[in-house]
Amino acid sequence: MKKLFFLLEKEFRQVFRNPAILRSVLIMPVIQLLVFPNAANYEVKNVLLCIVDHDHSAYSQRFISKITASGYFILTDYSPSFKKGMQAIEADKADLIIEIPARFEKDLVTENKAGMMLAVNAVNGTKANLGAAYAANIIRDFNSEVQMQWMTFPRFNAIPTIDITTANWYNPTMNYKDFMVPGILVTLLTMIGTFLASLNIVNEKQIGTIEQINVSPISKTTFILGKLIPFWIMGLITLSLGLLVSRIVYHIIPVGNIGLIFLFAMVFLLALLGVGLLISTYSETQTQATFIGFFVMMVFMLLGGLYTSIDSMPEWAKWITKVNPVAYFIEVMRMIILKGSGFADIKYHFLIVFGLAVVFNSWAILNYHKRS
Amino acid sequence: MKQFIIFVKKEFYHIFRDRKSLLIIILMPIVQIILFGFALTNEIKNSHIAILDNSRDIATMAIIRQLDASRYFDIERNLYTQKDIETAFKTGKIKLAVIFQPGFNEALAHTNHAQVQLIADASDPNNATTVINYASGIIRDYQTKLNEQVQTPYMISQQVRMLYNPQLKGAYNFVPGVMAMILIIISAMMTSVSIVREKEINTMEVLLVSPLKPLLFIFSKAIPYIFLSLVNVSTILLVSVTLLEVPINGSLLLLMMEALLFIITAVSLGLMISNITESQQTAQMISLMGLMLPTLLLGGFMFPIESMPTPLQLVSDIVPSKWFFIIVKGVMIKGLGFRSIWKETLILSGMAIFFLTISLSKFKTRLA
Repeated sequence: MKKLFFLLEKEFRQVFRNPAILRSVLIMPVIQLLVFPNAANYEVKNVLLCIVDHDHSAYSQRFISKITASGYFILTDYSPSFKKGMQAIEADKADLIIEIPARFEKDLVTENKAGMMLAVNAVNGTKANLGAAYAANIIRDFNSEVQMQWMTFPRFNAIPTIDITTANWYNPTMNYKDFMVPGILVTLLTMIGTFLASLNIVNEKQIGTIEQINVSPISKTTFILGKLIPFWIMGLITLSLGLLVSRIVYHIIPVGNIGLIFLFAMVFLLALLGVGLLISTYSETQTQATFIGFFVMMVFMLLGGLYTSIDSMPEWAKWITKVNPVAYFIEVMRMIILKGSGFADIKYHFLIVFGLAVVFNSWAILNYHKRS
Repeated sequence: MKQFIIFVKKEFYHIFRDRKSLLIIILMPIVQIILFGFALTNEIKNSHIAILDNSRDIATMAIIRQLDASRYFDIERNLYTQKDIETAFKTGKIKLAVIFQPGFNEALAHTNHAQVQLIADASDPNNATTVINYASGIIRDYQTKLNEQVQTPYMISQQVRMLYNPQLKGAYNFVPGVMAMILIIISAMMTSVSIVREKEINTMEVLLVSPLKPLLFIFSKAIPYIFLSLVNVSTILLVSVTLLEVPINGSLLLLMMEALLFIITAVSLGLMISNITESQQTAQMISLMGLMLPTLLLGGFMFPIESMPTPLQLVSDIVPSKWFFIIVKGVMIKGLGFRSIWKETLILSGMAIFFLTISLSKFKTRLA
């Protein structure tokens, strides 16, 4: 116990004397938390629209003014031909082309049906999907307007209709930042935790001081604990700072219990630091540690459900997310902060991450040899 | 010139003798591109939903069957009371709850009106919008089928064409993006670390008193890493074309040249980082933390840059990966020629020259 205390003292001294570590624990997360939620915005609003109107009729004009007034689209191009429209797409000046055929109005009035063609730049799936959906809705609306104008509906519904009412729970204003900030906070915590921990032991290896520790009476477990605890405390400090920033700047006040967030974070950090230590026991130089750390972190983050939905992933990728502590923490953060879930709701997450923490850390201790 | 070649050789020895690192550098990009190329998709499918069916008749059963059969939804559980809805959202993964009114079919048949309520978990707003759209679509389809005999006049039909990526594959977007990210991080980090390491283990002094000019010294550091990164580009492209079935629609030569330009930019950035840092740990921190998140967030492949506030749009202009992403997307997927991407190429070249000039002018020939 006393040995551990001395080790901790040593580690803390090292940390406080290294301004780079302090900066990355205190200042960098705050700056990133101020900037990134503004960037990480999936809200698709300014879809660039190109219209190719071969009809030039009253109806086509009415449609164009309707779609430009909707607020989702910016009319950037009004091309005489589809080919010109394609050039706009190639130059990224348009995301969507709507082509109105000649005789559009005539067909609609005399033949009772007319067509429109939508061509979407589908390289970016989200934008293509949402953009096409918005356009389709507007066309449908336009269609019913036209029908209303020409038809007289009977007073009672002649045909069976299903009324669909919708509700958006937990985020009725559909604020994207409420969704992203908790996730980004987890990301920042992950980056700091994995890196500092993985670089730390390797640093001792590289400058040779690990020899001194290896010949000392410090046991393997004590050594690993001594490395783990300082970063664990720093991680919790970063988290408090992050929660404070999200409260002051983004007005995100957790619906659930803040204590529960910290309780989960404690276990999560253990698991994460375990991964970092594991990486460092496997690598000889800092470069190796960084590369492996970079790889593991990219997998943790991109397969963590922050950016793309886990449900949409193929089966094998879902299995990876099951041993990914970051995925659990992101989900739990959102559950507690936005939905107000209690401990009973997250007990499985808690147990699994605890299990992961035990596995990673024991593995790290087993893999650390006092002999080189 | 001979000295220069010797220095380049020395650097290659460094790289080849560290087998573990070399293996990591070569294999990692391949694994990442496969992993993310397959796993990342912006499409929303297999969303878990819960059903509260207060009616249990032919109509609701038919709609539930349709929902379950669609690839967008997986029915996770059936609910029995209004109170279950909240618990289902709080504990589970469900994204949507579908609630049918009691006596649904009867109401539909007799009053021509029946009610269904869709409640979405809007903590993720886009997801909520999309699942509600999909579910409404399925319910409306059922209604249309009921009314097949009734003909509606004045119909405007829509025909949607998805250009370049008819199957809406995520890989078309993520391969260029992940490629930009891997290249910039690996190139910048390797270069900066290799120089800072010389400082840290005190071999820099020896190099500085050698007759090699500073300019050539820096080039001798850069060339091996440019070479390694080019190997990475080739393997990434090979994997994307063969495994992920992402086409190279434009000229391969043009693509490789642009990749070379981007690598030179990244390596120059690494050189600049090595100038301002003294320890490997700091150099790695800066190249990773400083490059990874901005590339991820402002590179354009994750989040639409047009939706960001103007100051951030301006910041995104100085992220090199953004321009490379536009170039790769243009050449690889849209099949464009040099004429359409000369502007982006020019910007990248400008950045490379800028980074190089700074690192050269700040390069100290004396330590301490």
